[in-house]
Amino acid sequence: MKRILQTALLLGVLPVLLVFVPSCARRPKVQQRGDIEQSASATYVAPGDLDQYYIFYSGGQSGNVYISGIPSMRHIATIPVFTPYPGTGYGFDKETKAMLGNYTWGDVHHPAMSETNGDYDGRWLFVNDNANDRVARIDLRDFKTKEIFGPIPNISGNHGSSFVTPNTEYVLAASRFSIPLPKGTYAPIEQYATTYHGVLSGLSVDPQTGHLSLGWQVLVPPFDFDLGSVGKGPSNGWAFWTSYNTERATGKLEVTSTQKDRDYIAAVNWKAAEAAVKSGKFKILDGAKIIDPRDVPGIVYLVPCSKSPHGVDVTPDGKYFVGSGKLMGVTTVFNFDKLQKAIQDKNFTGNEDGIPVVNYDAVKEAEVNVGLGPLHTQFDDQGYAYTSLFVESAIAKWKLGTWEVVDKIPVSYNIGHLAVPGGDTVHPEGKYVLALNKLSHGRHISVGPSQPESSQLIDITGDKMKLLYDAFTEPEPHYAQIIRADRLKPIEVYAQSENKNPNAIWDVKNAKIERNGTNVVVHMTAVRSNFEPNKVEVNQGDHVTIYLTNIEQTVDELHGFGLQEYNLQIVVDPGETKTIEFVANKPGVFAYYCTNFCSALHQEMQGYLLVKPNGTASAHAAKPRQSHTQVAKLGSR
Amino acid sequence: MLVATASAVPAEPAHLESFLTKETRFFERPLRLSSRIAILVAAVLLLPAFFFPLYTMTLYSNQFPDGLNLNIYAGTLRGGQSPNRDDLREINSLNHYIGMHPLQEADFTEFQWIPLMLGFFIIFSLRSVVIGRMASLVDVLVMFGWFGLFSLWHFYNRLYTYGHNLDPTAAVKVKPFTPPLFGSQQIANFTVFNYPSTGTYLMLAFTVLLVIAIWLSARSKKESVKPQGSV
Repeated sequence: MKRILQTALLLGVLPVLLVFVPSCARRPKVQQRGDIEQSASATYVAPGDLDQYYIFYSGGQSGNVYISGIPSMRHIATIPVFTPYPGTGYGFDKETKAMLGNYTWGDVHHPAMSETNGDYDGRWLFVNDNANDRVARIDLRDFKTKEIFGPIPNISGNHGSSFVTPNTEYVLAASRFSIPLPKGTYAPIEQYATTYHGVLSGLSVDPQTGHLSLGWQVLVPPFDFDLGSVGKGPSNGWAFWTSYNTERATGKLEVTSTQKDRDYIAAVNWKAAEAAVKSGKFKILDGAKIIDPRDVPGIVYLVPCSKSPHGVDVTPDGKYFVGSGKLMGVTTVFNFDKLQKAIQDKNFTGNEDGIPVVNYDAVKEAEVNVGLGPLHTQFDDQGYAYTSLFVESAIAKWKLGTWEVVDKIPVSYNIGHLAVPGGDTVHPEGKYVLALNKLSHGRHISVGPSQPESSQLIDITGDKMKLLYDAFTEPEPHYAQIIRADRLKPIEVYAQSENKNPNAIWDVKNAKIERNGTNVVVHMTAVRSNFEPNKVEVNQGDHVTIYLTNIEQTVDELHGFGLQEYNLQIVVDPGETKTIEFVANKPGVFAYYCTNFCSALHQEMQGYLLVKPNGTASAHAAKPRQSHTQVAKLGSR
Repeated sequence: MLVATASAVPAEPAHLESFLTKETRFFERPLRLSSRIAILVAAVLLLPAFFFPLYTMTLYSNQFPDGLNLNIYAGTLRGGQSPNRDDLREINSLNHYIGMHPLQEADFTEFQWIPLMLGFFIIFSLRSVVIGRMASLVDVLVMFGWFGLFSLWHFYNRLYTYGHNLDPTAAVKVKPFTPPLFGSQQIANFTVFNYPSTGTYLMLAFTVLLVIAIWLSARSKKESVKPQGSV
């Protein structure tokens, strides 16, 4: 009896203690101060010291890729990809202009590092363009965009891209916005469910040059294919894409596409697709080899997943793939072996346009209680998974195998993707998770209504995840790739011997201006602190080509070339040759000058383009200047 | 026999005579084995002098904390090379601001005659090993000494000329200067260090070994005179 009383008393006291003790424990400021100091020293990179990791952020609708360092989180450089970038003159010279075509923006979502045996090999970074259906390749030797492939035939809204297969055989591409095919076809929206189509695709990558070309395409129902992932280890040879709007609805998708309880993950046997293409089992559609799964069974299977799924992520051992329905409170782990067995046993519950739908219960391994709004999952080197929770604005850490959530950390705010160094490879490195948040909600000095995005660096080495740092980026990172700095060996100068441009010149004595009819060709040098020639005289209407070589061989001795009122601006790196072409249609005298500060006499590094008015324009040319001024004056009155 | 010849000379310049006689005896002296080995070693040591820099100039500034390197070889001029920098090109780029004539190999005639002379001295020293007379060894030493001093003077002259013949139209006017042959100097934002390098030290070792070789055969006169007398 006494013991019962004692127990009761104890139980009564316990809640009081539980309430009290933590609040007392939280109080000492010394503890907090120490914590802050720990975080500060964990992210402090002393002047002159270097970061340990590269973050390659996709730049979303900016069309760029941003590079920051871990642990400092400092933004270091921007790689322009789909958007002209006067900062480096990208999109102004002949070569990059041709690469961009007529597009002036792209929507970069998912960077993917090239891989060898399922690990980052640091050769190339691929990025997708969700808006204009392209994939670009950045060479990590010089951090420059080398190739833009697309618009890819039949792919519309290339969102489920640019994930790469374990030996960079293929870069994935997929349709988010199904359309009637081939592109250019009209069909009323009422025929969406039947005449519109999605396409899943692999672009082949030349193992030597990285050059992209059309590989295989698979015709699929008009779902909205969202994110992709590739199999590794036992699941190597398979690719996975989530899809929403499997209702095949139109109109207000927010409502119409969320009626069913489950959407699908499309599991594609890409090795079978590759074989089918090799054995001629395809049709040609807009130049692409496209496989109709009704004609070639065994290539695509649909795995039911919580509705409106976003991310699908394969575990490092390749045994499981994790699919997250963004409106749910759980994330689902699927077992790849079980999927194979279900396929063998034909354990199907239906089909969509002839594509088998696999029995969910036969493939599901576990539903992990991660929290509200799971989106994406990354992995560390300790057997843990990290799932971003958009709605809950947190990251859940859970154990592979036991499928139990072991820790959770709030983020600021509304996390989209997350990234662990090597977190999508066979050998994740762990150490940090980067939260790529959609809203920063003023956790920074105010910059007005146009708010930056927030990235938070979180330490995952201990049992409890620990927030280290808030950083802010321009719009709008989606996914990122993080690679250890020593894995990349970039050059910093283009060696003279490497410059194969036939129009490169290396001696100021070889600088020249040649005329052939109305074509004027200039071979120009840039070196501290002059351009040679420093005077280019042409006639109005001449077609002018300037080959500009930076003859420096010293790191960071860049020279710019800006031409006034001709909307031209390039930057040539040491040892680089770039070409600019324009028609000298404006008469008058225009300065060209070095735009990239180079030396003590940088300001003096300038020359003149003299455009002689042609006969008829001569009188006309002298006046417009005046009349412009007059207009301006009139305007100001 | 030598003494007999000497006695025929009038007595007045007896001191000079005896001096010359002594010297002649000295020059006639055969080289001992140890001397010959020392000369051989010296000749072998001179060979790598073709491949090592004779002088190294290093220019430090805030922008180049690791220093820009300029190596002067017997037959060529080579700047430090790294994937991110070509030091000779960089030095010339910077020097053009003060109006210094660009350093280019074609302007240096010494790149033809220094290797030629080094080769000559190797052969010449081997010759003294074969002849085995003190005179031939002393010839090598004296001529090499002259060659060394002349080269140093010539190099100093080069430094002076490059530092003084500055283009009057240069953007940056600096006071004419001569980088030191041994030491450092501040020139604009650069601290310039100029020191002899491996090649020069090898030449020095060559000289020292020749002196040792002489000394080896010069000491213990009696021992060395006797065998000569018996010949």
